[in-house]
Amino acid sequence: MDILMPRLSDTMEEGVVASWRAKVGDEVHAGETLVEIETDKALMEHESYQDGVLTEILVPEGGSADIGAPIGRLRVAGEPEQPPAGSAGAVEGSAPAEAPARPTEAAAEETAAAAAPAPAGPSAPAADPVRANGSRVRATPLVRRLARESGVDLGAVTGSGPGGRIIRADLDRLAATPAPAAPAAAPAEPAAAVAVPVTEDDEVTPLGSMRRTIARRLADSMRTAPHFYLTRTVDAGPMGQLRAELNAKLVAAERPKISLNDIVLRAVAVTLRQHPEMNASFGEDAIVTHKRVHVGMAVATPAGLVVPVLRDADTRSLTDIAGAARELAGKARDRKLSPAEMSGSTFTVSNLGMFGVDQFTAVINPPEAGILAVGALREEPGVVDGAVAVVKRMTVTLSVDHRVVDGAQGAQFLADLARLLENPWLAIV
Amino acid sequence: MSAPTTVSPATAGTTTMSYRQALHDTLRAELLRDENVLLMGEEIGRFEGSYKITAGLLDEFGPKRVKDTPIAEEGFTGAAVGAAMLGLRPIVEVMTINFSLLALDQIINHAAKIYGMFGGQAKVPLVIRTPGGGGQQLAATHSQNVELFYAFTPGLKVVAPSNPADAKGLLLAAIRDDDPVLFLENLALYNTKGEVPNDDTPVEIGRAAISRPGTDITLIGYSRTARMALDAADRLAAKGFDAEVVDLRSLRPLDRRTVVESVRKTSCAVVVEDDWLTYGIGAEVAASISDGAFDWLDAPVRRVAMAEVPLPYAKSLETAALPAVDDIVVAAEQTLRATGRG
Repeated sequence: MDILMPRLSDTMEEGVVASWRAKVGDEVHAGETLVEIETDKALMEHESYQDGVLTEILVPEGGSADIGAPIGRLRVAGEPEQPPAGSAGAVEGSAPAEAPARPTEAAAEETAAAAAPAPAGPSAPAADPVRANGSRVRATPLVRRLARESGVDLGAVTGSGPGGRIIRADLDRLAATPAPAAPAAAPAEPAAAVAVPVTEDDEVTPLGSMRRTIARRLADSMRTAPHFYLTRTVDAGPMGQLRAELNAKLVAAERPKISLNDIVLRAVAVTLRQHPEMNASFGEDAIVTHKRVHVGMAVATPAGLVVPVLRDADTRSLTDIAGAARELAGKARDRKLSPAEMSGSTFTVSNLGMFGVDQFTAVINPPEAGILAVGALREEPGVVDGAVAVVKRMTVTLSVDHRVVDGAQGAQFLADLARLLENPWLAIV
Repeated sequence: MSAPTTVSPATAGTTTMSYRQALHDTLRAELLRDENVLLMGEEIGRFEGSYKITAGLLDEFGPKRVKDTPIAEEGFTGAAVGAAMLGLRPIVEVMTINFSLLALDQIINHAAKIYGMFGGQAKVPLVIRTPGGGGQQLAATHSQNVELFYAFTPGLKVVAPSNPADAKGLLLAAIRDDDPVLFLENLALYNTKGEVPNDDTPVEIGRAAISRPGTDITLIGYSRTARMALDAADRLAAKGFDAEVVDLRSLRPLDRRTVVESVRKTSCAVVVEDDWLTYGIGAEVAASISDGAFDWLDAPVRRVAMAEVPLPYAKSLETAALPAVDDIVVAAEQTLRATGRG
């Protein structure tokens, strides 16, 4: 039986085989980890569904395949060594026969006639393409011809056909996405791709699937969602005070501390409950208002941005949120988040306060209606009761998809959120 | 089921009839048209043929034109070769293609070679009509499709119509052809119906038909398998795939051009044959595709064929051994998947 590339997340289109845990010839048991798959967001262990012997690895480590494409073969008990020849599209004898004794003149002539417009490509065919690592490129004859005619370097194309073979669909996909900066790029697309001149002083890093996904989704978001931004500075004194008091008690009780971001997450969740119009998505031809509040929290990792999700955040206690957020952030950095932990958010919070950023604007995580960009808690001079005093402030910026929510609605959401942030006790009880 | 759109029906209109009726009416019309045409074979006269294709013809044309022969295939086939060399246009009915094995020497060593070996001094305008095919519980020795032996032999022409219109058109062409023609019928097709042109325009031997145009994948068959390919195409259409069906109609000469042009359009193909896989007609077609459409292929050509066993008598085993529409659909889906479209 074929081992197929599993579908591990909603946005996954293809996966990369990060490592095979079994070698060809190994016996594997159901439930044992067979292979590690790198998706656009995570590194996932994929277990064998059945007992059997791994007979073939079709996609080697580093290779990628579309969802559902075979990546290896498992011989399960009762399955013959090879599929039986004969009926129903049996696998044909593999070894090519010895050279024919004589050419079939008649056949050659007939088909030569059929092939009247000989495919004399405009450019001289390049040498057989090879991968950067020296391995031979597998590509269908159609792909080889099209590559010859268009000058595409097949060595840089990922094949999604059986055994990693490059098929026509891969070229179509390539043409549809901005061309990577490669020496022999495809003919320029009208899309945004800008040819980057590469000199020998430059280092070229091919797009990984995660970077590719981030690039595609965020570019889509900026291109299709008309963003507007609402910025508000809040008095963060009570929040800082609340955190200090709580943490003193938590530490005494030997419980984990909470962060400012945990308070913000909780306040956002509660405000979203009051403003369902913000807890919405822009669909094909409808606005989808979500009944449940799942808050995504943007986490920077060495491999790129990921957004784990706090489910039903509006119904969870502050300490519960703090614990879950800490766990998710840790998993994100280790690339151990499951697809379920990364999908289904209805609104996202991005916090760069820990880097000392005072304020910024964030790109909406599609198809959500908004994202909140949170700056640092800072001390600055302010006017209190007619006198200048040191005050604690925090600036938050709401990015809103104008297709879903209008300015006044966004401002009202932000006003209610500010009220909670300035009176954090209201948010946590 | 709609009739395949093979050749455009002539202006004279069409009549719905069975494959069997189309053969009968064509034989009768040709007996009327050309007095050199004669029929011969076992039980074709008084008994009116094992499959009743020659019903009524003995009464109408008499024993000189419709001859019952002894059970001696090599003998009467040889006699027909001689008659053809002398200017008659005999149409031999061999009760089943399995019995034609007894006449192999006359067909392959004589009928096929006389024109070439003797520098064109004699022609052999002979037609050998013979039915074959499994699925009738006739067991291993009576269920074969040994057309490969004839399609392999230069000097012979081999046709295998899949529908009543082509049965008529190709039989007209075979009878009027100056070379020996093996005219292959299939027991499973005799009762199938379709529109048959009323006029007597022959179908050119060596010209395949696009019996259903499509863009996603090419399904290639002949005789019964061409009909199965149409059914498979319907099933694929329900799944959103637009399959093109090529009905070879003629196995020699083989219309490689039509096959190649279709595969150049679709980039992938499944060949279906009612015969064993190894060395088969499907292999020849697949090789032609590789030869003429290599740079257009986006997946290996797949073949669907019979299991490589003597066909069992038991119905369930026989069914399991024969290619089925299901097998074609599965092979097509696998092929489409290999091109990333499935």
